[in-house]
Amino acid sequence: MVDKKVVLTGVHFMSGDVACAEGAIAAGCRFFAGYPITPATEIAEHIAARMPKVGGIYIQMEDEIASMAAVIGASYAGLKAMTATSGPGFSLMQENIGLAAMTEAPCVIVDVMRGGPSTGQPTLPGQQDVMQAKWGSHGDYEIIALAPSSVQEMFDLTIEAFNLAETYRVPTLLMADEVVAHMWERVVIPPAEEIKIVNRKKPNLPPEKYAPFMPDDDLVPPMACFGEGYRFHATGLTHNEYGYPRTQDSDAQMKLVKRLCDKIRRNADKIVRVEEVMLDDAEVVVVSYGIVARAALSAVKKAREQGIKAGLIRLITLWPFPEKHVARAAEKARAIIVPEMNCGQMVREVERAAKTTPTYHLSKLGEEPHAPMEILEAIRRYG
Amino acid sequence: MMETIEHPYAKYLRATMMPHIWCTGCGNGIILNAFVHALDELQTDLDKFVVVSGIGCIGRAAGYLNVDSFHTTHGRPIAFATGVKLARPELEVVVISGDGDLFAIGGNHFIHAARRNIGIKVICANNFNYGMTGGQVGPTTPLEAITTTTPYGNVEHPFNLVHLAAASGATYVARWTTLHVRMLTMSIKKALQRKSFSFIEVVSPCPEIYGRHNRMRTGLEMMEWFRKASVIANFSDPAKAEITQERIVVGEFVDIEKPTYEQLLYEKMAKLMKEELEAKECG
Repeated sequence: MVDKKVVLTGVHFMSGDVACAEGAIAAGCRFFAGYPITPATEIAEHIAARMPKVGGIYIQMEDEIASMAAVIGASYAGLKAMTATSGPGFSLMQENIGLAAMTEAPCVIVDVMRGGPSTGQPTLPGQQDVMQAKWGSHGDYEIIALAPSSVQEMFDLTIEAFNLAETYRVPTLLMADEVVAHMWERVVIPPAEEIKIVNRKKPNLPPEKYAPFMPDDDLVPPMACFGEGYRFHATGLTHNEYGYPRTQDSDAQMKLVKRLCDKIRRNADKIVRVEEVMLDDAEVVVVSYGIVARAALSAVKKAREQGIKAGLIRLITLWPFPEKHVARAAEKARAIIVPEMNCGQMVREVERAAKTTPTYHLSKLGEEPHAPMEILEAIRRYG
Repeated sequence: MMETIEHPYAKYLRATMMPHIWCTGCGNGIILNAFVHALDELQTDLDKFVVVSGIGCIGRAAGYLNVDSFHTTHGRPIAFATGVKLARPELEVVVISGDGDLFAIGGNHFIHAARRNIGIKVICANNFNYGMTGGQVGPTTPLEAITTTTPYGNVEHPFNLVHLAAASGATYVARWTTLHVRMLTMSIKKALQRKSFSFIEVVSPCPEIYGRHNRMRTGLEMMEWFRKASVIANFSDPAKAEITQERIVVGEFVDIEKPTYEQLLYEKMAKLMKEELEAKECG
């Protein structure tokens, strides 16, 4: 249940970063640790203004490494916690995102993608971190990553990200981009009672019987928090169900790491979300996400006006990858087009799912996202 | 039949985690022992107590203590502990870690937590080297000391940890060696009774990995060095608190109080929430 007093129910005109911050507060987030970085700074600024009034914590840490560590600490202390950053900070957070995956700390990380590599183009949009989202930390693990396409979705998907993080005890990423974050749009914030909120499962065993990493049938262990009398241990080392290190035990490694992956993989059908537009008879399918999907939708509609049977799959979930949706559309399609603000990242996943259907990448770097005309031209060329 | 009597301090330790990983002659057991004594003497509520550690030999201490405990990534226990303390200020949060973890890879977090005056307590086992990885040079390795990565003698100037802590704003700063068990226990008790950021450095023997390269092959020889060289100089200038072959300056260096970050933050929060409530009622 959402705290009614803190939700800004109503119709608003706001930026994506502010909508994200409001989504977090509506989702029950009461801890934010971050470090200033363009184009995500406004999330921190808005949270800093709002959090103390709703009884939550804002702290500006000394860097993004510390921010991510503090978020995990707050999560283990029982709060819903998040951080927000952009590419360079996201890179710094990776080791501790791995720690959150290993210790199953529910938390949300927002990456407002700008142009990279390195300092790159801080004020311009990019989609260059989507593979880092999946593979950024060392070792095998699974995470969840969502990609908002509008300011409304900056609000909605931030709530969704918290719900998924709490359900699966997994770090969940909101992979936004500079345009979606800085753009101002109409946002409808529903009444508190209409917002679905999920909280982590709590143990129903007495402390002496509680094993902090003993999963239920859904592969997710109930989570006790510090100070609740369970007196448990957690570590980034490979551990058994009791949280005790098992650094020389191959069975423990196999069991733990497989479960960390399987709890997401086996629930992928429940997690994955896409928007499908005019796919029934589509001969040319555009697969797109984030701000680029807005131009893709416009291009697909224009193509239809011109008699081309085009359709769109908008990836709302980037990870786990909506493999089945892409495969299904690819069976009937002559060509698949993947416009991205990078040199070719999600296109590889699309290609893998599309099997023999020719897949074309439409790369764009710097300045602005793709214009509808550019995507339309590609539809005509390849379709 | 023999009656089994439980050790009076058994309740403070996780028997299931034993045996510990520490070498013969290591000082970590002495530090853990002093810590447990302090917990016992203070009749600490173990359900409201969190120990956080980083990576390194002493980092395993968190797992050995029968409290809520977390073993973080290398260098990050203070940042993690900051999140815990702000989220649940009523919990006692202690970081136990090593000199490499806290002052090389994690140095930035230390100075900022001290500056902010986060109400956590930091205990550093200073063994002058990276023990767990086999004895490399670290931020506290003395000049000319031999380590596996300074085979011709160290040319890096070491940190003076108590000076660094004092300059960064720590409100309680002490240094003892593992020879000074009673003083160490007293300092831990003192730190646990305070609200503010507190720092205790424990100069600790590492004969197997460090001492063997530096003409101190056994724990006893290292303790002999501590005994001969230690000078207690309470509330002397931490800038002059040297650690050399001839002289190890120990004692309490700083003992002041100032409002903690979480106290100031929660006070502000309460005021803002009250105003917000009043504004809503009026509106």
